[in-house]
Amino acid sequence: MKTLLAALALSTALVAPGLALARPVTLTTTMSAYGGDGAYLAIYVTDAQGAYQGSLWMAGTKSKYYEHLSDWYRATAGNTAEINGITGASVGAGRELTITLDLADALFDAGYVLHIDAAVEDMRDSPSEIVVPLTSAGAGQATPGRRYIASFAYAM
Amino acid sequence: MLRSLHRWPGLMAALLLVVLALSGAALSVFPAIEAVQTPAQAEAGLSVAILATRIRTVHPGVEQIRRAPSGAITAYWFEGGTPGAAVIDPATGAGVGSADASPVERWLKNLHRSLFLDDTGRIVMAAGAAAMLVLSLSGLSLLARRTGGWRKVLARLKGPLAGRLHVEIARISVTGLLLSSLTALWMTASTFGFVPQGAGPPSMPAVSGQTGVPLSDMPALRDTPVWALRDLTFPAPDDPTDAHALKTAEGEGYLDQGTGQLVAWTDAGMWEKVDETIYMLHTGRGAAALGLILGLMALGVPVMAGTGVWMWVAGRRLRPRLRGTVATGQADTVLLVGSEGGSTWGFAATLQAALNTAGLRVHVAPMQAFAPDRYGRAKRIVVLAATYGDGVAPASAKGFLDRLAALPGAPAIPLAVLGFGDRSFPAFCGYAHEVAMMARDKGWPMLLPLGTVDRQSPQDFARWGRDFGAAIGVPLELNHQPSAPASVALTLISRRDYGAKVQAPTAILRFALPRRPLWQRLTGRGLAGFAAGDLLAILPEGSLIPRFYSLASGHRDGFAEICVSRLPGGLCSAQLLDLAPGDTVRGFIRTNRDFRPTRGRAPVILIGAGTGIGPLAGFARENTAHRPMHLWFGARHPDSDLLYGDEMAAWQADGRLATVTTAFSRTAKRAYVQDALRHDSARIAQLIKDGAQVLVCGGRGMAAGVAEALTDILAPQGLTPAILKAKGRYAEDVY
Repeated sequence: MKTLLAALALSTALVAPGLALARPVTLTTTMSAYGGDGAYLAIYVTDAQGAYQGSLWMAGTKSKYYEHLSDWYRATAGNTAEINGITGASVGAGRELTITLDLADALFDAGYVLHIDAAVEDMRDSPSEIVVPLTSAGAGQATPGRRYIASFAYAM
Repeated sequence: MLRSLHRWPGLMAALLLVVLALSGAALSVFPAIEAVQTPAQAEAGLSVAILATRIRTVHPGVEQIRRAPSGAITAYWFEGGTPGAAVIDPATGAGVGSADASPVERWLKNLHRSLFLDDTGRIVMAAGAAAMLVLSLSGLSLLARRTGGWRKVLARLKGPLAGRLHVEIARISVTGLLLSSLTALWMTASTFGFVPQGAGPPSMPAVSGQTGVPLSDMPALRDTPVWALRDLTFPAPDDPTDAHALKTAEGEGYLDQGTGQLVAWTDAGMWEKVDETIYMLHTGRGAAALGLILGLMALGVPVMAGTGVWMWVAGRRLRPRLRGTVATGQADTVLLVGSEGGSTWGFAATLQAALNTAGLRVHVAPMQAFAPDRYGRAKRIVVLAATYGDGVAPASAKGFLDRLAALPGAPAIPLAVLGFGDRSFPAFCGYAHEVAMMARDKGWPMLLPLGTVDRQSPQDFARWGRDFGAAIGVPLELNHQPSAPASVALTLISRRDYGAKVQAPTAILRFALPRRPLWQRLTGRGLAGFAAGDLLAILPEGSLIPRFYSLASGHRDGFAEICVSRLPGGLCSAQLLDLAPGDTVRGFIRTNRDFRPTRGRAPVILIGAGTGIGPLAGFARENTAHRPMHLWFGARHPDSDLLYGDEMAAWQADGRLATVTTAFSRTAKRAYVQDALRHDSARIAQLIKDGAQVLVCGGRGMAAGVAEALTDILAPQGLTPAILKAKGRYAEDVY
């Protein structure tokens, strides 16, 4: 369980000015048994039009591989300042990544979309493997991924 | 210093390096398998446009096409809600093999690069690669030092098997190990971001928003041959803002879905190309043959680790713990030891013990620690110096000569120098000679002339001990048993006597091989594994110092046979010649690997006189393969001391000896073996031209006469015994 207190790189408009307007959200990503080394995952938010808003988490520490998270990389030009302080280890096949963040209330039910790009060494790139709108109603519902991610869910 | 730089990283990293090398060698096979399995690309100049069109015809849901350095093309698609992937035949666009890397390969790769410990493991393995690099470089320097210079690093080696094996394998594999360790370090640095990275893909440009242009209408795809392709990623379906992403050997960029035009591009930088080349050199992906060669070279590492540790243990065992050494300023006798492998320390310990018994106060130190101004009470300094290779200073004597040369004048304390070496090397006791010469030039008073000990001979050492004792007025009896192998009781089976008529009693003595208990056989101990030409050490009654006799038989013959002649006043030869069948003596084996026929079919010239016939007869007896062996043998009289006379005729008849030429010194002709050689000079010259190896056994005088005769015979060919010796084609066993 990784807990972050408002340490988000989300654009300032989306960060609640005080914790009163934020709530802890738990993101759970379960990897499938894809038969490869640990996966790199970029978890980030876009608006309804697909414009990048900010990153929530980067699983995988070596920046030379970030270009394989191609949607995130295109949106950020690989700028590691976007993930400063919100980086952890890559996630092995069959493992689960759970992170708890204090997310601004304004992120929910406002058309924002959470994306997860995934990539594994010597295997295909899987940009936007998870694309799920952030809504209060969607909380707790599992979304399956396409290649590496068995399911993803967020809970408030 | 250099040796420490080789020894300690080697010992510490040995196990790690074995894991690295074995996993690397196993991994080297995969690129070759992949290269064999990859469908050949029949069409020269096939473009990415055509390839991608073919693949999309078969798999409309294709998302990504990659070309591996091996040439294998993999397509990834998403169809009917499931992802799929396959290695593609470029001629059809259809899948022909699994795209998944083998789990075995993945397991090996993770072991090889990180011991399954992620970043910690990567750092450990990188340290292993760094150790490999240091070992390769320090090992090469040691080899150059040992052989006498960089130009001679390929020279033939002498010495114990472990050492030779270590160096022979190193010479074969060092290039590969240097390459693999350097590229490994680069790759680790690159993984951790310590080397400059390429620019990466350009930023995503604005696109036309149109879709649907055929792949064949995209000029960049038409112009890119398949061999230059790295990756082609198709736009997400139904996303008009996306574009085709193309990566080639030249760079990477985006292609508009609506216009087909290149809308952004960055050229591959130098660092990307360097990275790619280094990856290929390390993994063999894209250079499968090189990979296999590197893999084979890596297989030498476990052997080198084993022999290296073995040599270290053996060297340590030889170096005794010195007891009772007194402080520098208190000693009346200073022993300075110049040892390479450690055996000279053993002699030093024996000398120290004998001097202590005689009531002297002895300080023992490596020659490196030479500090004459601190030897306040010393009355004598003794230098015991081995020689490394071609006359080079041994490890513990580094810098001694420089320090001596830098002294304003010679020390007043008188000096004795004893050199340890091997007469089969051209520069016998070369370093000790150098020390003695510089001491003389400096005007350093000498207690006695330079002494020498050949191949750790306890007799030589004991002889020098008596001379040294006489010089300092202390009777010294040095009983040194270098490696003190356990001796076994040998029972005489039979004896054949010769030479009585010429007042030179000589006998061929044949001993039974003692039965070896199982544990001795398992541990390789006891009397086993010897060959003709090895030495049988006999411990005479009443003496701890063994005498060495060349063996005329191998263990396969089932007996140990030696030739002994009575030496005036000789304790051991007298005891041996008094043995009757059934009597026993104690003895052990000392290998003498350099004195035996080399492998192959080249002719062998055997030259011997007197009891020197022993090992030569043994070589002939073992020559059941009928290799051309030519014997020249000198004796006194054919009726008296023609040792092995009956066998010689039989061996010649059945082809084990091609020719036998004898010379007799007590007949009317009065010929020595060297005279017979000169008489047959044309035949010998021809044999040498045919690649013959020369093996000489006998007394020192005879060997010198033979060498002189051969020098004359070989001169027209521009050869000398020394040149042949350097090539391993001339060996002497002299006593």
